[in-house]
Amino acid sequence: MEHTTINIKLKVWKQANTQSKGYFESYDVPGISTEMSFLEMFDVLNERLIAEGKEPIAFDHDCREGICGMCSMYINGKPHGPWEGTTTCQLHMRAFKDGDIIVVEPWRAAAFPVIKDLMVDRGAFDRIIQAGGYISVNTGNAVDGNALPIEKEKADNAFAAAACIGCGACVAACKNSSAMLFVSAKVSHLALLPQGAPERKQRVMNMIAQMDKEGFGACTNTGACEAACPKEISITNIARLNAEYLSASLTTA
Amino acid sequence: MLDAKIPAGPLDQKWTKYKGTVKLVNPANKRKLEIIVVGTGLAGASAAASLGELGYKVKAFCFQDSPRRAHSIAAQGGINAAKNYQNDGDSVYRLFYDTIKGGDYRAREANVHRLAEVSTNIIDQCVAQGVPFAREYGGLLSNRSFGGTQVQRTFYAAGQTGQQLLIGAYQALERQVALGNVKMYTRHEMLDVVTIDGKARGIIARDLVSGQLERHFGHAVLLCSGGYGNVFYLSTNAMGSNVTAAWKAHKKGAAFANPCFTQIHPTCIPVTGDHQSKLTLMSESLRNDGRIWVPKKQGDNRKPGDIPEDERDYYLERRYPAFGNLVPRDVASRAAKERCDAGYGVGSSKQAVYLDYAAAIERYGKTEAGKRGLGSASHDEIIAMGKEVVKEKYGNLFDMYEKITGENPYEMPMRIYPAVHYTMGGLWVDYELMTTVPGLYALGEANFSDHGANRLGASALMQGLADGYFVIPYTVGNYLADEIRTANIPTDHPAFVEAEKAVADRIAKLKGINGKQTVESFHKRLGKIMWDKCGMARNKEGLEWAIQEIRKLKAEFWSDVRVPGEINEMNPELDKANRVADFIELGELMCLDALQREESCGGHFREEHQTEDGEALRHDDKFMYVSAWELNGESNWTLHKEELNYEVVKPSQRSYK
Repeated sequence: MEHTTINIKLKVWKQANTQSKGYFESYDVPGISTEMSFLEMFDVLNERLIAEGKEPIAFDHDCREGICGMCSMYINGKPHGPWEGTTTCQLHMRAFKDGDIIVVEPWRAAAFPVIKDLMVDRGAFDRIIQAGGYISVNTGNAVDGNALPIEKEKADNAFAAAACIGCGACVAACKNSSAMLFVSAKVSHLALLPQGAPERKQRVMNMIAQMDKEGFGACTNTGACEAACPKEISITNIARLNAEYLSASLTTA
Repeated sequence: MLDAKIPAGPLDQKWTKYKGTVKLVNPANKRKLEIIVVGTGLAGASAAASLGELGYKVKAFCFQDSPRRAHSIAAQGGINAAKNYQNDGDSVYRLFYDTIKGGDYRAREANVHRLAEVSTNIIDQCVAQGVPFAREYGGLLSNRSFGGTQVQRTFYAAGQTGQQLLIGAYQALERQVALGNVKMYTRHEMLDVVTIDGKARGIIARDLVSGQLERHFGHAVLLCSGGYGNVFYLSTNAMGSNVTAAWKAHKKGAAFANPCFTQIHPTCIPVTGDHQSKLTLMSESLRNDGRIWVPKKQGDNRKPGDIPEDERDYYLERRYPAFGNLVPRDVASRAAKERCDAGYGVGSSKQAVYLDYAAAIERYGKTEAGKRGLGSASHDEIIAMGKEVVKEKYGNLFDMYEKITGENPYEMPMRIYPAVHYTMGGLWVDYELMTTVPGLYALGEANFSDHGANRLGASALMQGLADGYFVIPYTVGNYLADEIRTANIPTDHPAFVEAEKAVADRIAKLKGINGKQTVESFHKRLGKIMWDKCGMARNKEGLEWAIQEIRKLKAEFWSDVRVPGEINEMNPELDKANRVADFIELGELMCLDALQREESCGGHFREEHQTEDGEALRHDDKFMYVSAWELNGESNWTLHKEELNYEVVKPSQRSYK
């Protein structure tokens, strides 16, 4: 692929810690190869800042191949930036052109407090899983894997829901900061499989209760979450979640 | 110093007999025993969950913001198990044999046999947890092929097998957190092991958000902290993957085994420039259907599509007709390097070969046309149908390739080149996974035990989960049964105070250097030395030079590194400085180990030791042992040898022809 070099300007959210007040800082970033990933562009900038005796920008990242769910930048008003179905780490500078001004913020949600600059605390997602996002089977109790045939379609749909990487882009995209897409993906994954049946009702009730407790907002079906999801988790999962919830609330005491 | 504690008796009965006679801890006593688990990848999450289920009090630590982020999540292709669901002749013995042979006869038979035995339980456990493995239309589990084997024993979930297995283990772990059996510490990094009277009794951890150091007591400490591939700077590892936990254990007396055994994976996206921060793997499963080739003419600059069939060199199929494109990773990587070094490489860097899907797309298209009864389909229609099939099998990988390179792999061959991927070496452990420090264990990639000098594809996930779900729950009990009278040691014990002070002093020293060069620049320089001299091919002269260079680099690091920010705050540069300082020391040991092992085996290729046709030449008479290095002081190690006795398999020169 042909590559070119571009000069861009960044406006990045800086915030020392959870308690302090944040602000935007501007940086000129010249000489960026379009072959670079978005995070490599940040690496280049940070190296320069350190060399100049300034504070580098803190951001979360780890696998840099779009699967760990750690990276989380809100770029020009979109979680993970302009490319569809792409995490921040897989976004490449090819997406931008010379002279662009790029605004980068952390996920904004009451349930995701800022830790520093672009890093947020997504512990709420772990606590929602703790509330019921599992199948209660201890190690060593399993029957043969093929003793339980599962229709391919169901298995494929469960897999599609299970592809969620827990990055939180859905929450960041939602005007209400709702976590419904995240919760619905886990509820769907487990509800679609026969292994998940025994705890089905209790699971959805408990996970929803925890989601509310964490301070996530309500879902008003705008679909912003689906559009922002780097793994293209379908909003039909939310419909399934609602059906599961309704059925569970009508039949549990 | 090295007692592998391999149970007596025939190989296939060792584990059964061990389980039947091992000491047990009664449930009331388990509640009083605390276990520390460092790392929450497949090994750590499965161990923490299983031990929590048993009733132990577990504390689990990870440096990421959630245990679900551990780098096991990035494994793509699959997990092996000797289920023989395909009726193609697989068995526990065959999986054992393939793994021993794939490891070039440098792994311990007893451990590998146990791994093959429990492999089947892993699949059952994961299915029960709701891991959505790929299935056939009949509803049964699907399998595919992987390198180094001739049976289909790999279970998978599209190109996201590691993710699905890790989420399964993570959910089991979070369930134990909810039940109060496991306490989870995220964004925490282990910075030392605390030993009292020679036994591991806890750790010093740093809360990465506040920067505060913490003391944690445990009756046993399990290191499940992964491999050290990032010593090369560029690797397929996550940016945060590091050797620090294992290295601290080494400094506290745990022997480090076979550090030079690193795996260079043949199918990764090539480097594009100096800005590159990591390399991305394209799953080995792509070699099932893709064909690897270079032009027959040196320096051929034509586009791949303009090079006719008879001017292409399918060099793996040519050199290894029996296994073809599915030779083990070390063999495939060296063959790619050989072609590129000889001037046949492609792309602008000439450090790449083609991985071509054109033939597979056409073949699948024809099959699909047959299935749909479209005998008269045009060539274009066949290709379109073939692309759909390939998309279903490998779509996420193809998408990833396109995002990174900007090229469409459905239309033109992918360019690939080998990259550092996995480290077979690690902390030396006995049959019970205990290091040379009593009470200190190493699981998964952090230990050295099962893969010898080369790991086969789809075996890392198997080993991580085997260690965590099915091995440690038995073996740790054998140690803890004698610890039931040990009351919790208060963390104001002098050993904790001293260890914390040493960690604090080192951090203060790093911060206080206030030099001119960034941590990243040192890491890059270390990586270049390692890749050039201790990478895919090694020789005496280069390794001796590398050791000197690394020592100089270390001195320069400790006198000129610049760590910005403060100690008592979230400071990723400080975290990185701590890790790179350890990588530098490890790099020296890796070169020393590579220098000492005057033979070629698996991923360790010494140029002085090769056959006439360029294959690795082992010297079983001199090097049939595990090299376990004990640290005495700065740049001063003693080598201990664990002789490998092959009772069942007869080592021979590996042939994939």
